[in-house]
Amino acid sequence: MNQRKKKWYSFNLLLVAVLMISVLSACGSNNNGNNSASPSASNEASESPGSSASASPSASPSASPSETPKKESVELLNVSYDPTRELYESFNESFAKYWKDTTGQTVKINQSHGGSGSQGRKVLDGLEADVVTLALAYDIDALADGGLLKTDWQTQFESNSSPYTSTIVFLVRKGNPKNIKDWNDLVRDDVEVITPNPKTSGGARWNYLAAWGYAAKQNGGDETKIKEFLKQLFDNVPVLDSGARGSTTTFVERKIGDVLLAWENEAYLAKKEYGDAFEIVTPSLSILAEPPVAIVDKVVDKRGTREVAEAYLKYLYTPEGQEIAAQNFYRPRLPEVAEKYKDQFPELNLLTIDGDFGGWRAAQEKHFNDGGTFDEIYTKGS
Amino acid sequence: MAKRKSVLPGRRLTLGFTILYLSLIVLIPLAGLVVKTAGLTLPQFWETVTSPRVLASYRVSLVTAFFAAVVNVVFGLIVAWVLVRYRFPGKKLVDGLIDIPFALPTAVAGIALTSIYAPNGWIGKLFDPLGIRIAYTPLGITLALIFIGVPFVVRTVQPVLQDLESDTEEASVLLGAYRWRTFRRVILPELIPPLLTGFALAFARGIGEYGSVVFISGNMPMKTEITPLLIITKLEQYEYSQATAIALVLLILSFGLLLIINSLQRWSNRRLRSS
Amino acid sequence: MAGAVTTVTAVSNETRPKHLTEARWVRWTLIGIALLFVSVVILLPLITVLLESFRKGWSVYIEALKDPDSIAALKLTLTTALIAVPLNTIFGVAAAWAITKFTFRGKNLLITLIDLPYAVSPVISGLVYILLFGAQGFLGPWLFEHDIKIVFATPGIILATMFVTFPFVARELIPLMESQGVQDEEAAVSLGSRGWRTFFRVTLPNIKWGLLYGIILCNARAMGEFGAVSVVSGHIRGETNTLPLHIEILYNEYQYTAAFAVASLLMLLAIVTLIIKSLIESKLVRSKHGE
Repeated sequence: MNQRKKKWYSFNLLLVAVLMISVLSACGSNNNGNNSASPSASNEASESPGSSASASPSASPSASPSETPKKESVELLNVSYDPTRELYESFNESFAKYWKDTTGQTVKINQSHGGSGSQGRKVLDGLEADVVTLALAYDIDALADGGLLKTDWQTQFESNSSPYTSTIVFLVRKGNPKNIKDWNDLVRDDVEVITPNPKTSGGARWNYLAAWGYAAKQNGGDETKIKEFLKQLFDNVPVLDSGARGSTTTFVERKIGDVLLAWENEAYLAKKEYGDAFEIVTPSLSILAEPPVAIVDKVVDKRGTREVAEAYLKYLYTPEGQEIAAQNFYRPRLPEVAEKYKDQFPELNLLTIDGDFGGWRAAQEKHFNDGGTFDEIYTKGS
Repeated sequence: MAKRKSVLPGRRLTLGFTILYLSLIVLIPLAGLVVKTAGLTLPQFWETVTSPRVLASYRVSLVTAFFAAVVNVVFGLIVAWVLVRYRFPGKKLVDGLIDIPFALPTAVAGIALTSIYAPNGWIGKLFDPLGIRIAYTPLGITLALIFIGVPFVVRTVQPVLQDLESDTEEASVLLGAYRWRTFRRVILPELIPPLLTGFALAFARGIGEYGSVVFISGNMPMKTEITPLLIITKLEQYEYSQATAIALVLLILSFGLLLIINSLQRWSNRRLRSS
Repeated sequence: MAGAVTTVTAVSNETRPKHLTEARWVRWTLIGIALLFVSVVILLPLITVLLESFRKGWSVYIEALKDPDSIAALKLTLTTALIAVPLNTIFGVAAAWAITKFTFRGKNLLITLIDLPYAVSPVISGLVYILLFGAQGFLGPWLFEHDIKIVFATPGIILATMFVTFPFVARELIPLMESQGVQDEEAAVSLGSRGWRTFFRVTLPNIKWGLLYGIILCNARAMGEFGAVSVVSGHIRGETNTLPLHIEILYNEYQYTAAFAVASLLMLLAIVTLIIKSLIESKLVRSKHGE
């Protein structure tokens, strides 16, 4: 009996191995089939499961993409963060038209949105993004650490690879019933503050650092007092959503809280969607948020999409791209576009991540990693 | 069971396929979890799974799942009882509704529950003036888990209640016992194993539930952050081994609960057979 | 776990002799409590979904469903179910056959392992496939070289769905086949019937309703799974979004009405599923009585 059992087990083990391999190769051949089929298809956007990889299976990683002849259509995947949905919806349309006019090639851009950190993780885990447009440099640094792109990615494009900037403002209910003017109003006992969780949301990290910067100015850099300020602020937070969009929904749709700490663009968008139910308050001091963009080298080399990916990101810096960014309430870099929209974006004192916090890696380490200042203020005495 | 060898064919085929498929879809992937966690040393592992925030999340998950399961046991028993024993209009409909939480996508449930119990929702509006907040508190999480757990208790108690022989009840009545006493002495003991099974099932499901809870929980660290959310949070901070360590704790917990459920079931089967 | 989704509903139980039932007021109080509980906990969310989805009128509702991304999501959801459900059905039948027709050591462990996906958090179900097939996973580099995509593509979504719906058919069949014993099949075999023939002619007719019920529950869950799929999907509109994920996206884009409209579509699928289920149940009861 026992011997039979043993034989039976080893038989099964073998079966497991064989089936595993056959399943995998089946998946593989399936995808390869898609890949070889779709480039020859003349119309865009095949609906095959592997279609985001369908652009250029023939280009081996070593082949230099500029020499390969143009295909009739190409697909790009832009992995972005939460509040850029509306921006890239119109930008992609404009770029596709531009690309068609200049090269004759049809480009289809697929979009993926989510919390910046979770999006970064997905790319790191194998989501084949040609370009990433995330909320903070730290998330792209993580990709560089994973070998997906060069560590000096931030020098690849102008202005720190950030074609548009934003800042953190307050969104309050109509008439500003709690009379919230600045950061120190947020620690009042009668004020409820809505912000996403800095552990998971890129926007919330900007919020946190802006508040930190304000407290640092007020208290002359005394860390105990700064932490006390932030602790009071977070004691006033009744809901800590995992993403910026979630927080906006909580504030706007669920009508919880007196003030929402939000991206400037997110605040304007909420105002646009919900009419005059809200007002934007600009604090005396905020932070210059630079959402960076980058090409994922490993993916574009594999798929042979470097040229179009580069053109895509560069298009963000053109007057057309800057115009679209400004229309979606991102602060444009280009002086003439900035001039045109200057009424929309009030001047304010801005801290910078590199000047005031020593860059994202240092800021992440000090404030948001496990055991950082956020954990400290949140775990102590609550 | 039968000592002789079964004459039926297909032993090797079906058993082999079962174990193969089980290994491929469930066991090998889960083993990956263990291997990944092994990247941590034992002290690191321990530190991760017992850090204050993680401990707080176990507490939130366990406490809310426990209370949700208790509520489900009480009301699930009443619903099952009513469905089996009484006749009333709309009974078929109620019986059908019980299965909805099985079939309704959890995200839909989450969004719907949030819009009902948020301070400006139908029910939330009634409680808000009293200073009671339902959504974004542990109470809200418990409500979502009650929704998820209803069918487990009802559907485990229902068949047992149906099979219950009326003889024993009859005898008890003949002996002059009151109805309530009959229930307590004769019926309830029979119902304890299925009630416990239903409780454990609802509890196990509740601990792991994610989709419906994230919308209504508020996700406050230390207060309303559930363990599955914490796993996601760790992933988003690129802390893979920590995420898998917490996942492993949850996994062991659910496996333990399942073992308890299955032995409960065997126990109740034996009782049924011997009686 | 066996009883969790047990099918058979007897109907004859509700007319009991007077001395074996409760006083009228007790009866109606209990019915009242039960109805109230079911309405508040289950019915209310359903009504909310419907009301919210029609808040802006019929045309907005239709518009939301006609959106190409919604249709792509529906297609992906159906494809996933179409692959995951049959595979799990074959598994369920094989497992139930092995467990109920033969004796072997470790049977209880096997049953517990089959149950495991019920109790594992959906988040973990998705995570394990990322660990295995993700770019940093055990097979990741090999898959990347060969341009095989599993996670963040359709295969990953199917795998995660298979994991979550893994026990449904098996768990439905095991108690059923256990109660039926092995006599019928043994008789057939002793009369010279061969393996597959025995199965199709003797076993299948006995278990067909239970099997169908298991498949239906499995299907409902496969179409509605959110947590596990959310972890392995790339969330690309029109590409790797299933219906539940599409609902979340719409919800996050201030399109609440559209989100609820798509949700009502899934709810409709769930209700249709349950109607079929109750039809099957009445068939089951009838066939039981007919025996």
